[in-house]
Amino acid sequence: MLSMPNKRSLLTGAHFMNGDVACAEGAIAAGCRFFAGYPITPATEIAEHLSQRMPEFGGIYIQMEDEIASIAAVLGASYAGLKAMTATSGPGFSLMQENIGLAVMTETPCVIVDIMRGGPSTGQPTLPGQQDVMQARWGSHGDYATVALAPSSVQEMFDLTLEAFNLAETYRVPAMLLGDEIVAHMYEKLVIPPPDKLKIVNHKRPNVPREEYVPFKPDEDLVPPMACFGEGYHFHATGLTHDERGYPQTSSSEAQQKLVTRLCNKIRKNEDKIIRVEETMLDDADVAVVAYGIVARSALSAVRKAREKGIKAGLLRLITLWPFPEKRAAQVAKQVKAIVVPEMNCGQMVLEVERAAKETPVAFLSKLGEEPHTPLEILEEIRRNS
Amino acid sequence: MPERIKHKPLDIDKVKPPKAEIHIITDQCKGCGYCIQFCPKQVLEESEEINARGVHPPKIVDESKCIICSFCTAVCPDFAIYTTEKKCAEGC
Amino acid sequence: MVEQVTHPLSKYLRADMMPHIWCPGCGNGIVLNCFVHALDELKTDLDKLVVVSGIGCIGRTAGYTNTDSFHTTHGRAIAFATGVKLANPELEVVIVSGDGDLFAIGGNHFIHAARRNIGVKVICANNFNYGMTGGQLGPTTPLESVTTTSPYGNIEHPFNLVHLAAAAGAIYVARWTTLHVRRLTQSIEKMMQKEGFCFIEVISPCPEIYGRYNKMRTGLEMMEWFKKASVVESFSDPAKAEITKEKIVVGEFVDIEKLSYEKLFHEKIAQINERSIQ
Repeated sequence: MLSMPNKRSLLTGAHFMNGDVACAEGAIAAGCRFFAGYPITPATEIAEHLSQRMPEFGGIYIQMEDEIASIAAVLGASYAGLKAMTATSGPGFSLMQENIGLAVMTETPCVIVDIMRGGPSTGQPTLPGQQDVMQARWGSHGDYATVALAPSSVQEMFDLTLEAFNLAETYRVPAMLLGDEIVAHMYEKLVIPPPDKLKIVNHKRPNVPREEYVPFKPDEDLVPPMACFGEGYHFHATGLTHDERGYPQTSSSEAQQKLVTRLCNKIRKNEDKIIRVEETMLDDADVAVVAYGIVARSALSAVRKAREKGIKAGLLRLITLWPFPEKRAAQVAKQVKAIVVPEMNCGQMVLEVERAAKETPVAFLSKLGEEPHTPLEILEEIRRNS
Repeated sequence: MPERIKHKPLDIDKVKPPKAEIHIITDQCKGCGYCIQFCPKQVLEESEEINARGVHPPKIVDESKCIICSFCTAVCPDFAIYTTEKKCAEGC
Repeated sequence: MVEQVTHPLSKYLRADMMPHIWCPGCGNGIVLNCFVHALDELKTDLDKLVVVSGIGCIGRTAGYTNTDSFHTTHGRAIAFATGVKLANPELEVVIVSGDGDLFAIGGNHFIHAARRNIGVKVICANNFNYGMTGGQLGPTTPLESVTTTSPYGNIEHPFNLVHLAAAAGAIYVARWTTLHVRRLTQSIEKMMQKEGFCFIEVISPCPEIYGRYNKMRTGLEMMEWFKKASVVESFSDPAKAEITKEKIVVGEFVDIEKLSYEKLFHEKIAQINERSIQ
């Protein structure tokens, strides 16, 4: 049990902190006041830390009986007006998929943290992985789009958790934070800004009188303003295909067409505002490395080493995994001779890179187990492709 | 709630019992028959007419027998029948 | 006879969703009727009421009440409602769902919410099968009943829901049939005024499917069964509250007071904050 000072305030300042705890503090900084979760390695520390911190802010921490209950409770709390979050790993993430679909369908803002570990199934609970990245995009049944961010450092565990809340509130989606066991368990310097320097976004509120409120009528940005329970709007929300009033329309092709395409377009059409990447030495690169999460740390080192050896390498670090930065990846592909994609899985984001890269050769470097790729391993691959 | 008579009061000759008004929302009835079957005074029976839903809604046999127990109101699954007390002027 | 179009309880229902989808004689309509009648008696503030339902015919209830309402995925109504209630304990949260939704897929959530004494109120319409999907067996289907997935007769023992609820820790447990409309309404009113996890089981006719497969072709025959077999044995041992052809034990089984989860949680928050100020 981590012992933190019992302060009812944000931990503004510099700290030497663990990634999971940074994520928890990021949630609190974002205004999250409801956490429902279930213990699972390597995300348990988020729950433990929030069980201590949430009550200090008058927020709710509840340990539910399973991950399905956790995500359901998060949706309930969100509709009741609190920013809500859950944290899990692969097995729990799989259990949550049905209700992630419910979150998408009912446009419930919430944040789901998946600290990826070795899979599939029970896998390797204490070792890292990047095997859930496609699942974050396609895990629930039905067609939808949502956002997923991949932190590479303890600072990003804080910053991107906050960003995830902002995205969830802006687009009324379940936003995902895809950490991995290393980023979650390592200790690094974290700087928490003072509250007035934090950018916090809250969902749009209805701007019409109660009688005129149409709960799922979108604004121009394709996102409907959201009322919460208890405010007198008397609205109905359902996981069934529905019309703008929220009423089930189970026999209408038109309703299905309209609703599902809007739910997808909500993210697609707003891509440019959501996508974030970090580019290092890409301007004149001949070989680009596309990486994310903990692997991007090794990739950065590899790219620097390559430059020392005279190879013009550059790094495109994906911060948003979804929506995938397709346009930027395509531009980079046109410019370089080859792309190297190291991942701790058997080939997931590389499929997206290949799709964007078209004719440009893409080399995939897989590594599974306790360590991410070493910088030398990636350097070797860069050299092979330069 | 409307007044109900549980037993014969001693002043029954002087006091007027409430008069019932039974409202049947014909096209909302699905013909389950619960109101007809469970009315303690057998005030209702199945009518010959067919409503918009293709079933026989109830019809009132004798409204004066209704004691406004409102069981029909409570047991109707379709909110298709309810009783009220007729507001009587003097000499009703 | 005066023909009018406005039922006195119509303000509790969404006019543009009426008439509801339920079959002639379906008990769900009676459950809805008793529920809104109870709301009317209590003069419930509809702005503070949230109706949550699961999947099933009864699950459509949330779409019919003129309140904030949510129709969840199968079995998750109670977990969702837990989030709602804890996030805003001022809200009155009522779950209206079915035997399969609450006790098969949702069984785990039921027992834990009862154990924790989360202040949500559960009304279970028990019609002994999965009606919406065509009449499959469920956790409350009586032995030897015929359903679409037990064509030779059901060999599974059914749950005794009131026993389960009482054992799990619910502070108010009752069972009525859709024939006991007044006592059901009174039970709902009582439940709404308690703080903690409450449960009412309503034995409900499914004439179109369960009844038809089990020699009770009409709702009337099922209701006659309720009339003949029901025995009110309030505060008897819920473990002995059987449901058979000859006897349906109904009544209130548990009515106790116990601090709700929300109360305990907020007490803790107050304690923690007192300590941090010191």
